[in-house]
Amino acid sequence: MALQGKVWKFGADVDTDAIIPARYLNTSDPAELAKHCMEDADSEFPNKMQPGDIIVADKNFGCGSSREHAPIAIKAAGVSCVIAKSYARIFYRNAFNIGLPIFECTDAVSASEEGDELAVDSAQGIIKNLTKNETYQATPVPEFMQQIIDAGGLIDYVSKRLR
Amino acid sequence: MMGMTITEKILAAHAGMDRVEPGQLINVKVDLVLGNDITAPVAIREFDRIGVESVWDRDRVVLVPDHFVPNKDIMSAEQAKQLREFAHKHRLTNYFEVGRMGVEHCLLPEQGLVGPGDLVIGADSHTCTYGGLGAFSTGVGSTDLAAAMALGETWLKVPESIKFIFNGELPKWVGGKDLILYIIGQIGVDGALYMAMEFTGPSIAALSIDGRMTMANMAIEAGAKNGIVAPDEITRRYVENRAKRPYTFYQSDPDANYTQVIEIDVSKLEPQVAFPHLPENTRPVSEATDVAIDQVVIGSCTNGRLSDLQLAAEVLKGHRVSDNLRLLVIPGTQEIYLQAVKEGLVEQFINAGAAVSTPTCGPCLGGHMGILAKGERALATTNRNFVGRMGHPESEVYLCNPAVAAASAVLGRIAAPWEVE
Repeated sequence: MALQGKVWKFGADVDTDAIIPARYLNTSDPAELAKHCMEDADSEFPNKMQPGDIIVADKNFGCGSSREHAPIAIKAAGVSCVIAKSYARIFYRNAFNIGLPIFECTDAVSASEEGDELAVDSAQGIIKNLTKNETYQATPVPEFMQQIIDAGGLIDYVSKRLR
Repeated sequence: MMGMTITEKILAAHAGMDRVEPGQLINVKVDLVLGNDITAPVAIREFDRIGVESVWDRDRVVLVPDHFVPNKDIMSAEQAKQLREFAHKHRLTNYFEVGRMGVEHCLLPEQGLVGPGDLVIGADSHTCTYGGLGAFSTGVGSTDLAAAMALGETWLKVPESIKFIFNGELPKWVGGKDLILYIIGQIGVDGALYMAMEFTGPSIAALSIDGRMTMANMAIEAGAKNGIVAPDEITRRYVENRAKRPYTFYQSDPDANYTQVIEIDVSKLEPQVAFPHLPENTRPVSEATDVAIDQVVIGSCTNGRLSDLQLAAEVLKGHRVSDNLRLLVIPGTQEIYLQAVKEGLVEQFINAGAAVSTPTCGPCLGGHMGILAKGERALATTNRNFVGRMGHPESEVYLCNPAVAAASAVLGRIAAPWEVE
């Protein structure tokens, strides 16, 4: 699957309260959550981003609460993928489980600026910066995680196992 | 062959293996799984998609509505109702209704539902609290919870361990909260990312179960997978009359492998205060006393236990809450609440001018029962001080122990407990 879009850059330690504030957690409807995606990190983000755009962030993205509403909000907003230097562990699991593509790549984060156009080959983990004409390699996904992705997410993986 | 840490031993036992190594992916049997009124609705939706008739074990799937209850609005009421209906449909033995519930991580240990040697996953990041009893427990998302509700299993990557050795006698007013805040200040909010934090040493051996649970509770605030204290006589006294299942005491081997060993002398430590907007922004309380505050919150899964309320009451004795500030006291469970009534603590809080509430996570996550307006500042015994955590994105949260919270409520600014003695 090819993922392509414009970069929105965020700093280190973006927490899940910033991604989706708890004041909106009285629903788990993806479309509702999408309206407030990244609101406390950048209140204009839900209005200015376009489908396909890419969140690029520094280290420890998604730290804090276990709320799956965070990757759900990002995915439902139309963000095609997230690229960060590192992820908090619960967010990392959740993203795979719900099918939000995420990549770990320090080089891509350091080199990319807001507004750059990126294209990601998710199978190979190759990130191309079309604006700067550079290519970066993301950290490979563990094989077991790849099986979950290939099954279409954790629930489908479990369903198959139980059948 | 190298020895194993307590975390590795618990994981190996639940994977049916003799030993495990850091980095290894393993499939483990879980002893208990947990969800709350925010995370369980998503888990229930995903569980229903799996297409199984029933949960893996109706005694071991625990649902606790605690975040937005008593229902704060119609939509929250709908979410709580989903838990109630699911619990009824699957005849869950451990569903805790308002009036019988508590903040989940105060409630489960108190009710003997978790014990030493257990492996527990919960769709709440502070599930790591049970490490204070010598269990392996960690937070997961709703989909992982859904899968475990069906299978009674989950997959985990065996974490590397960092060993913290605490030496020296804890000074008066310094407790588990200060130790964990101090460490997070040292290693940062991703200082233990994906790792196990093992708390050891003479100061931990002298620490109460409440204090140990406070420490394990905030392991997630350093990015850790779990925090853990090896069980001992103090643990045995806590669990022997509560445990609803058999438990196992595991200890780390003397030659276990640690990625890092950090020694801390606690004898000169002051109570710690974490400044906005990350738990790692810690300072000794004496360097924080010029911060005026609008609200003080004493409660949460971090510091809502009986000893926390006793400590706050001790500091408040003979004082009144400052005219410029609101003090909210939220007992962690109904049992703690009732005990606080019997001991006269609640009367003391009310006489001092505090509001005492039924158990709820409420303000800790900016849910309800104490939301901050724009520009307001709170000091709280809770666990996170992220942007907008307790309300308006332009409000601020400072974190501290219950003694500092009580002293600050009296003086209307961040204050050390000895200032009101």
